[in-house]
Amino acid sequence: MKIQLRDITMRFDNVTAVDRLNVTIEEGTLVSLLGPSGCGKSTTLFMLAGLYQPTEGELYFGDRLVNKVEPENREIGMVFQNYALYPHLTVLKNIMFPLKMAKVPKKEAEERAREMAALVQIDHLLDRKPSQLSGGQQQRVAIARALVKKPKLLLLDEPLSNLDARLRLEMREEIRRIQQEVGITTIFVTHDQEEAMSISDKVLLMKDGKGQQFSPPQDMYDYPENQFVAQFLGNPPINLLSVKLRNDLQTIVLPDTEDTYQLDSLVKSYVDSNSKLELGVRPEDFYIEFDLAKAGITVEVMMVERIGRDNLLYARLGQTNLRAIVSPDVMVNRGDMVKLAIRPGRTHLFDRSNGKNLLH
Amino acid sequence: MQKEALSKGFIYLLLILGSLLMLLPFIWMISTSLKAANEVMIMPPKWIPTDIQWGNYIKAWFSAPFAMYSVNSVIVLVASTIGELITTILAAYAFSRINFYGRDIIFSILLGTMMVPGEVLLIPNFVTLSNLGWIDHYQALIVPWLASVFSIFLLRQFFLSIPKELSFAAKIDGCSDFRFLWSVMVPLAKPALITIAILKAIGSWNAFMWPLIVTSSENMRTLPVGLIAFSTDTGTKYELLMAASSMIILPMIILYIVLQKYIMEGVARAGIKG
Repeated sequence: MKIQLRDITMRFDNVTAVDRLNVTIEEGTLVSLLGPSGCGKSTTLFMLAGLYQPTEGELYFGDRLVNKVEPENREIGMVFQNYALYPHLTVLKNIMFPLKMAKVPKKEAEERAREMAALVQIDHLLDRKPSQLSGGQQQRVAIARALVKKPKLLLLDEPLSNLDARLRLEMREEIRRIQQEVGITTIFVTHDQEEAMSISDKVLLMKDGKGQQFSPPQDMYDYPENQFVAQFLGNPPINLLSVKLRNDLQTIVLPDTEDTYQLDSLVKSYVDSNSKLELGVRPEDFYIEFDLAKAGITVEVMMVERIGRDNLLYARLGQTNLRAIVSPDVMVNRGDMVKLAIRPGRTHLFDRSNGKNLLH
Repeated sequence: MQKEALSKGFIYLLLILGSLLMLLPFIWMISTSLKAANEVMIMPPKWIPTDIQWGNYIKAWFSAPFAMYSVNSVIVLVASTIGELITTILAAYAFSRINFYGRDIIFSILLGTMMVPGEVLLIPNFVTLSNLGWIDHYQALIVPWLASVFSIFLLRQFFLSIPKELSFAAKIDGCSDFRFLWSVMVPLAKPALITIAILKAIGSWNAFMWPLIVTSSENMRTLPVGLIAFSTDTGTKYELLMAASSMIILPMIILYIVLQKYIMEGVARAGIKG
């Protein structure tokens, strides 16, 4: 089912939790709502579920306006952060519960519940109570219960945040597998960028109730539309340098050292040479340039840290600290001056006044 | 090590003394119920009767229509307990889950009524019931006790501890408020409900003042009121009074022993994380 949010706004008293959100979610895709806590992602999900009613805007499921439609009539399934299984019912009864409410004959309901349990691989646990299950198993039951009515939209509210790291990885893949097997449009709320990046077809990044960018995860990482998106994604985070731009719209003046650096391409829109800009480079987009004739940013090495397969270089340019992931066979020492070059097309330039990316 | 054993011993000593203190009246009751009439009042008191009088129990039972009193007591207990559970469940759900105008103010006022001593209500309640013409009927024994603020408060607190997500999940599953209350909240609240029911049952079984005031005919009396039969103008027959009392409290003790594991039972919070 195709989902459309048009100027969706949600206000609680005087707090605007969601601010004119416009998103279209294509049928059969998995979309993550990503953002720091309090950004309105769960509120958006609750509006989709019908548990909250948007203050303004229109919500379409397919061609149907659903603003006033009750949750049970929206053809949705939902998985909560704490799973919200009925503690006094067995696994089988939990999965059958939505069908029982829909007055599906008992025999058919049980058959469908067993089918769903097999899909999420808990068919050997049907007689247990939720208290006798591990977190991952409870999660599977919650997914089975959400899917048993064959909904057109699956909503997941931070479903992995209560699991330990290893199980989280496993369940992440499971959710993706189940989603693709069923082919259901799915919306997944998370504050974990890695989770969002790994399983989604598209990510909607939110901040302060506003949509920041809606695009496939790799696009969002490579071509952030604004500084917030660039900073939110990536670990270690993107390096930001306060820079100025010369009138040729291509030469960057670096802070403190007043060195210059040539951009690959011209800045798209006119920028006053006085305006404050931020040059953004991801740590992995730096490399050490040994050829003196080539362009680069000369920095002083502060420390080199080997973490697993990465070699993390801490460097300093004037007052600004930088981080670069460099190849493990590079031998540099504290105090050395090295030249960092940027991989072509990997430079970002943000206008500090509004955060806009001036290059993409 | 020694210090620990000492302090543990001290704790046990205190606990044993405390429980003895609580048990003494019961022991005295049973002891008296087995004494001969001339042994009841002697000084110094005798804890163990010289001649055990089992016949006191039979005599006591037939001194008044206790079979009828028992039936009355059971009817009042069952009706008022079931009634109170129903009103409590509905009220606690409304006060914990339904948003309506003035909810918190109404709840505060309700809690405020707990400050009013029961004796103050005796006369107004009596007047109301006599105007309704209910005096000396079962309604008078049951209806005033169909709701309890304390129980509502207890159950509301319990309902509040059940995560909201459960009701959201139920809503999405197509479960109405009413259905959710009966098929999810009530089963989850079993320990709280059993506690409420036991407190109510004991209170109703032991009630003396109210049944005494609102009943006048023999065939409406309940067991505690029936005990008056042993106090006559010529004095009180303590051995028979205690024998009857022992019989009367027996059902409550059995009820408590059978159900106490539910009272203590921790609340199963399974299926809910976070």
